[in-house]
Amino acid sequence: MSELTLTVMRLGFLAVLWLFVIVSIQVIRSDLFGTRVTQRTARRAQDQRPQQRPQQQRQQPAGGRRGRGGGRGAPTKLVVTEGSLTGTTVALQGQTITLGRAHDSTIVLDDDYASSRHARIYPDRDGQWIVEDLGSTNGTYLDRTRLTTPTPIPPGAPIRIGKTVIELRK
Amino acid sequence: MSSNLTTTGSNTTVSSGGLPSRRNTELALLVFAVLIPVFAYANVGLAMDDRLPSGMLGYGFGLALLAGVGHLVVRRWAPYADPLLLPLATLLNGIGLVIIWRLDQSERLQTRAKLLFGAFSPDAPNQLMYSAIGLALFVAILVVLKDHRVLQRYTYISMAVGLVLLVLPVFFPARNGAKIWVSLGPLNLQPGEFVKILIAVFFAGYLMVKRDALALASRRFMGLYLPRGRDLGPILVVWALSLMILVFETDLGTSLLFFGLFVIMLYVATERTSWIVFGLLLSAGGAAAVATFEPHVQDRVQAWLHPFAKETMAQSDQIAQSLWAFGSGGVLGSGWGQGNSDLIGFAANSDFILATVGEELGLTGTMAILILYGLIVERGVRISLAARDPFGKLLAVGLSGAFGLQVFVVAGGVMGLIPLTGMTMPFLASGGSSVLANWALIGILIRISDTARRPAPAPAPSPDAEMTQVVRPS
Repeated sequence: MSELTLTVMRLGFLAVLWLFVIVSIQVIRSDLFGTRVTQRTARRAQDQRPQQRPQQQRQQPAGGRRGRGGGRGAPTKLVVTEGSLTGTTVALQGQTITLGRAHDSTIVLDDDYASSRHARIYPDRDGQWIVEDLGSTNGTYLDRTRLTTPTPIPPGAPIRIGKTVIELRK
Repeated sequence: MSSNLTTTGSNTTVSSGGLPSRRNTELALLVFAVLIPVFAYANVGLAMDDRLPSGMLGYGFGLALLAGVGHLVVRRWAPYADPLLLPLATLLNGIGLVIIWRLDQSERLQTRAKLLFGAFSPDAPNQLMYSAIGLALFVAILVVLKDHRVLQRYTYISMAVGLVLLVLPVFFPARNGAKIWVSLGPLNLQPGEFVKILIAVFFAGYLMVKRDALALASRRFMGLYLPRGRDLGPILVVWALSLMILVFETDLGTSLLFFGLFVIMLYVATERTSWIVFGLLLSAGGAAAVATFEPHVQDRVQAWLHPFAKETMAQSDQIAQSLWAFGSGGVLGSGWGQGNSDLIGFAANSDFILATVGEELGLTGTMAILILYGLIVERGVRISLAARDPFGKLLAVGLSGAFGLQVFVVAGGVMGLIPLTGMTMPFLASGGSSVLANWALIGILIRISDTARRPAPAPAPSPDAEMTQVVRPS
């Protein structure tokens, strides 16, 4: 076999081997590049950095998870103040909180007047917490007004769902 | 904000709503993965004898048949499984077959075998047979194991079986200075290969129950979470066991794999960096202590530090030859069948098989092979992220961690990065136990990934949906 053929085969084999590697990585590219969530948190972190950094560091030497949902005035926990779950608190860590009687809700309400999927509370882009009614039977009330659209939650305002009242606190 | 990543406490779950099954992608990759070894096979024949090797069709068909059966079984019994694992394993197994066949053709190795054992028997047919048995095991796992959570019931049984398998080689004569073999008539098994799966099952089941105690009950000290004294128990027991393996079986590889796997899984289960620090300190201390009185370990360390020294060469020139093989391969390699990696002599086609890759495919080919291994580990970790149950998460991390550790330990040993250990390159190296155990490992990973990516059953209509009482304005 001539030297030239062998050289071509040698380089050809390496090319084919790498082609396989590249095709494999193409197959899983969504795993490697496609996480939208990472971008979002990164952007939020950037927005906060100039003004709030020293503050946050002093408050939370552990860093990281807490306080993702906004700056200094942002609420850090959700407290149930009335109803059968009175006293329950849930830490707000940037995740969506669903409320309802369905078993997969974040807060499972044992309340005859609540729907299975009643409402949800989530942070928007800037870390402002929003409450949204999910088409419940009896409606969700922020203070005294029945919600029709997703509405930002002012600090300390009671959210009423059936017999249950919850508040966001620092 | 419907993100596809929900974070709840320490569990990260990647949702899998409406993922395509991707079986056709797998089929295309499998065809590719079978053609590459056939190409390599033809290349070896042309380079060594100037003609296409006569057994080419046989090996090609054999590999294609294995891949085809594997694919059909996955299509039938694990339709949502990860599309990459099977092609990656097939390609590595195929390339391994080619390298073993190529080393069978080496006149040097044939003469050596005739001198030492009186006769030369080629290893490639055996390897093909073991690959077939390995694939049968893979098929059996997918068919029988409908749900990986069943393994959780065998947490302590698998620990017991694993320990027995670890201890068993002590009662058999040492081969080549390491007691890692069990000889039953014509069969020579390395139980250590299977132990990694059993131990991963045990650690996953154990840590799933105990992780909260290990993660939460701790004090902070100098930026590290120090566990309570009594929680240190398990890690110390595992450490002592791995040291005993090292002392009584003189097997650095299994010992390292055993302890490393535990530290990895402990870290994943508890998210505490302190365990890694502890693990590294303990293993460094233990290894140093054992090296002071165990001559076999000392020899290995000497061979690693001074591969070209006169005393090392007098004992065995394997590491030196292996380093020369990598060196003479250069960037692009010498081409299939044109290297001299057969100079390694003993274990050229098992422990030292990576040296042949290094010489004949060069740095470029070695990196591609290592990326293939890396992709298998990446898929394992990914499966772990996607798994819905903590046991599946831990098991997937454990299995891929063991796989990755083994690749590191072998590749590092052959390249002279760490002392050489008696382990084999998964899928590439000649050896029945290794091929069998690794196909079983891939089978379990595919089972977990199928469970993880399977669309969740539609939520049953909630019985209390209608019972919501309407508030009537009075």
